Amino acid sequence: MDNHSKGFPKSQVFGFVLSLVLTFAALFVALKTSLSFNTIIWIIGTLAIVQAGLQLFMFMHLKEGEDGNSQTINVIYGVFIAVVTVAGSIWVMSFGM
Amino acid sequence: MDGKTKKKEWKNMSTNVNTSLPLEFQTEQNRMNILGFWMFLGAEIVLFATLFATYSVLSTRYAGGPTPHELYDIKGVMIETILLLTSSFTCGIAIYEMHRHNKKGLLTWLIITLLLGLGFVGMEISEFIHYVHEGATMQTSAFLSSFFVLLGTHGLHVSMGIGWATMVIIQILKRGLTPVTARKTFIIGLYWHFLDVVWIFIFTFVYLKGLV
Repeated sequence: MDNHSKGFPKSQVFGFVLSLVLTFAALFVALKTSLSFNTIIWIIGTLAIVQAGLQLFMFMHLKEGEDGNSQTINVIYGVFIAVVTVAGSIWVMSFGM
Repeated sequence: MDGKTKKKEWKNMSTNVNTSLPLEFQTEQNRMNILGFWMFLGAEIVLFATLFATYSVLSTRYAGGPTPHELYDIKGVMIETILLLTSSFTCGIAIYEMHRHNKKGLLTWLIITLLLGLGFVGMEISEFIHYVHEGATMQTSAFLSSFFVLLGTHGLHVSMGIGWATMVIIQILKRGLTPVTARKTFIIGLYWHFLDVVWIFIFTFVYLKGLV
């Protein structure tokens, strides 16, 4: 048996609490502060990426198992295509507007 | 390699059980199915990226229809977010119980996960019905078309996940906790966490961004 499955599910509880904190932090920054629109988007965007990483590593155990490296490379590639698609679309479609 | 040896090796992939590993990784077949599912998730990332790109480009094209400020209700959105976040956590606990070979715990937490998921889908459907009553339909504006396609695709994924997990639960009840049912549970767990990851980005870049 793997050893981290005995006793209390520490990493799950930790991940859950941290996710809640990040969610409410994003809510607070977006609705209760008077920062500029761009600053807010950068802050809540960063919080979202941190929380997604949390899910991937703490809940989905991306790097674990014999194929951890293949899994990680595959997800990084998917994220790369996602960033190119989203950022590229916004850039191209808002150019000169 | 002739056909006979090939067939034998193929058979070994699912019959050679290595009990020193967690249940879902005990056979070669399991290991490959899980790797394959990660490949599928990579494709899902790209699918949702295209929908996020469409929404980001069209999110200010209101065509005289309602704007996010008039439409979105942060209270409902927060409830949906907490429901899905908690269900991702309870799903993690289900897999944790599975690793302890605790079938009853696994089933209990899986069912709690599904109830939370059902709550999420119910909230989302009532949110959509509310929007349509306010005159905000898919046909109203480019903003709303891209909104409903993005959110609808995610909601459909959650709904399919509920159906899929229900079938896995039935299989665990019928066949017990074996390397095969453990692998299936592990994979639906990955799928469920992934849907929460997508929701984090919907919450941030659709709802919060729309309400700033």
